[in-house]
Amino acid sequence: MAASTGQAGADAQAAVAVEVNLGDRLFRWGTAAFAAGGVITLGAMAVEMVRASALSLSHFGPGFVTSTDWDPVRELYGALPYIYGTLVSSLLALLIAVPVSLGVAILLSELAPPWLLRPVSFLVELLAAVPSVIFGLWGVFVLTPWLRESVQPPLQSALGFLPFFKGTPRGFGLMAGGLILAIMILPTISSVSREVMRAVPSTLREGALALGATRWEMVRTAVLPYARSGIVGAIILGLGRALGETMAVTMVIGNRAEISASLFAPSYTMASVIANEFTEATGDLHLSALSEVALLLFLVTVALNIVARLLVWRVSRVSR
Amino acid sequence: MSAPSEPYLRRRIVDVAARGLCVLMTVLAILPLLSLLGYVLKQGLGALSWSFFTELPRPVGEVGGGMANALAGSAILVGLACAIGMPVGILAGVYLAEFGKNRFGNAVRFCADVLSGVPSIAVGVFVYTLVVLTMRRFSALAGGVALGILMLPTVTRTTEELVRLVPDTLREAALALGVPKWRAILRVVLRTALPGIATGMMLAVARAAGETAPLLFTAFNNRFWSASLDKPMASLPVQIFTYAVSPYDDWHRQAWAAALVLVAAVLVLNVAARLVVYGRTAR
Amino acid sequence: MKRLFCLLAAVAAAAAGCKKEDGAAPAAPAGPIELQGAGATFPYPLYSKWVSEYQKIHPDVRINYQSIGSGGGIRQVTERTVDFGASDAPMTDAELQKAPGKLVHIPTTLGAVVVAFNLQGVTALELTPELVAGIFLGQITRWNDPKLAAPNPGAKLPDTAITVAYRSDGSGTTAVFTDYLAKVSPAWKEKVGAGKSVKFPVGLGAKGNEGVAGQIKTSPGSVGYVELAYARQNNLPYATLKNKAGKVVAPELAAVSAAAEGALASMPDDFRVSITDAEGDAAYPISSFTYILVYQDQQDARKGAALASFLWWAIHDGQKFEADLFYAPLPAELVTKVEAKLKTLTSGGKPLPAPGGAGG
Repeated sequence: MAASTGQAGADAQAAVAVEVNLGDRLFRWGTAAFAAGGVITLGAMAVEMVRASALSLSHFGPGFVTSTDWDPVRELYGALPYIYGTLVSSLLALLIAVPVSLGVAILLSELAPPWLLRPVSFLVELLAAVPSVIFGLWGVFVLTPWLRESVQPPLQSALGFLPFFKGTPRGFGLMAGGLILAIMILPTISSVSREVMRAVPSTLREGALALGATRWEMVRTAVLPYARSGIVGAIILGLGRALGETMAVTMVIGNRAEISASLFAPSYTMASVIANEFTEATGDLHLSALSEVALLLFLVTVALNIVARLLVWRVSRVSR
Repeated sequence: MSAPSEPYLRRRIVDVAARGLCVLMTVLAILPLLSLLGYVLKQGLGALSWSFFTELPRPVGEVGGGMANALAGSAILVGLACAIGMPVGILAGVYLAEFGKNRFGNAVRFCADVLSGVPSIAVGVFVYTLVVLTMRRFSALAGGVALGILMLPTVTRTTEELVRLVPDTLREAALALGVPKWRAILRVVLRTALPGIATGMMLAVARAAGETAPLLFTAFNNRFWSASLDKPMASLPVQIFTYAVSPYDDWHRQAWAAALVLVAAVLVLNVAARLVVYGRTAR
Repeated sequence: MKRLFCLLAAVAAAAAGCKKEDGAAPAAPAGPIELQGAGATFPYPLYSKWVSEYQKIHPDVRINYQSIGSGGGIRQVTERTVDFGASDAPMTDAELQKAPGKLVHIPTTLGAVVVAFNLQGVTALELTPELVAGIFLGQITRWNDPKLAAPNPGAKLPDTAITVAYRSDGSGTTAVFTDYLAKVSPAWKEKVGAGKSVKFPVGLGAKGNEGVAGQIKTSPGSVGYVELAYARQNNLPYATLKNKAGKVVAPELAAVSAAAEGALASMPDDFRVSITDAEGDAAYPISSFTYILVYQDQQDARKGAALASFLWWAIHDGQKFEADLFYAPLPAELVTKVEAKLKTLTSGGKPLPAPGGAGG
């Protein structure tokens, strides 16, 4: 490739230039094709799920989400119990996880000294890395007996007049499902919140401190309001994760398609019913109904994800 | 110096209380993890044995046997997932970093983010229709495809970020030496970003290794050794699930042992990934 | 979508081409035969023993059976994602219609569905059909209900809530149990009906016989229906039942066989029969056959022959493993009929090499 004078050199250079363009172009198109793989997969997934749900969609229409009858014998399918179970367990999880994650995030991003920072943040990340089925294993053998023996009876004797704590304490049920989900989405909410809080410009923090604010007041007045939309985004991301969680929930929630106000009652989530019934749904309508449940789950998690990302991007982009 | 005034005292108390609350929340967050790790360690260590690693499962109800096939199966499935997810993810990430500042690139980024939030069971349903029904059998290939799809967004985004981080001076130097752009990217830029990409890979592998739901209807399960791609394959997470919900005490013990192995593997991958990152930034 | 499919198809074809040799060259000595089966959890302890024992005699035949429930067995064999299915509930006409070929039911063994429970200080319980229906309908909610105490005067029934455990997956065991309840309780028949997946009025759902047994084992005060082997292997106490003749019978193997005797005379040609609530003093009321489902015409001659040989072995030599695992053997006259049925299996129209010939 050493440049040489004369016509031969110019020809050689032209040849190299063409080759370079061709190689580059191929490379660009090649990698673009692979990049398109992700788009194609997502699109194919959406198309496939709609196709598989078509039978159920046309059969039941909007009544699918309002009916509570899930009866393979009479070929009647209504997803309301699963939607209820999914929503309630996820909301319960948020109720518990949000304050805890925010506490962790604030500690890690504002308050912790360096010697505490590393091990604690490592432990929280570890929480995110533990596979769902192992949470389920722990849930079956440790959490539910603990709930059944040490948590639910006292709750019932103290607050049993509330509809939330009626019924026999069994350990398995909505409470166990919600708790385990809370533990699992905690790292998501806390790490994204941390990222968002870190994006707050230090000038804001220093300004507050310079004005004589205590550390907490600094967090309250300078950091949190700025990071608010990002934190909401983090919470929505956590919600999205909770909605789609399958294994741990299936193992502790009791697998019963019933709508009950009590937190002690067994329940059933959309992801769990798919996991339990998919390989054996013999009727076409049954299979299509399960696919429709999967489609609903897919659409909701995608929508939540989009909203959350927008909120998080907004905060972190502005400051970068 | 005069004593602190009333309002200041109140503010101090609030400050200390709030900080204490944060510490309390952190303790609450870590307790379940410690409990889980403690149980996994205690129950799992007691159940680990040579036969666990080398023997196949025994007939139902009989004590003994092991999970050798599930261990091998998980390794194969994850390997398959890497073979599918890695090339696609890395090249997609390269595209996004080098050529992707356009509408198409934004669409790809958007899809990758959305894909990372899709529940793994929906991916399993999708791969069942795509691969299992088409091939008319449950197969390790289907399981690998499902796991590969789950790995894809992580690998893509990590690669993109890391390739972007490579300083332009390196690129310009390569181009100045007359190296064609594509070669420059592959040989120089990618090579520089490799440690970071490896980190992303390790995290993606850690995630894929623990996935259960998508494998339930793709790789299914197998009580024998299997290395064929077109047959069902046992995997550690599915085996843990099956054993955990069963009534047999011996199976419960084996489930804890398997959980220990899985957690240890995931832990090692996560720690290794962090070490790589710290190693680089410590420079 | 198409691109992805083509890519996958190419990879799959390459993989299949590399690994699968059986069926390609019938004359050449090929590698081990792998048969995939899936279905009922009811006979799973027995099948897993059979598979393991059969492999000792025929090391070149590996049978991978996954217990995913009868519903799953029927569905997977219909979709041909497995070589054979297994179900306790015989397939309905509608289900048979859906299959791409004619499916044959091969009865393999007899088992009992027992009402197992977990109750502190109680190891024996006697129940009538009305009581069983009452418990599972949610009408009887506490263990010390006087209706339960009536047939159990000696038992110290505590004041604990009853937690019912049922199958959350499509189950032949559920089909057998609800078939029995529908026969003995008009209230059950009207409210819930019979089938593989019914809407249970109360209780917690668990996956497979394994899951229900696990649920009973870990929850004090629970009661559920499981196959006898699961109750015995896990030391779960179970109830004796009053049968149609008014006698109280324990789910022992002799009682299960007695239930089958009555059905032999009127056994249909395709073996699809229900033997719940059977006549006879000694019959246990919730007994059932369990079937392996195979296509009449096997797509792969070599695999088909191996499958037929295995089934032949199962109904002959395999029967001796049943007693230890608490399943009852097939009656001798039924074995003759099943032999005849096995001989009718074909591949591509041609009959398979006679099973039970060499190496049976």
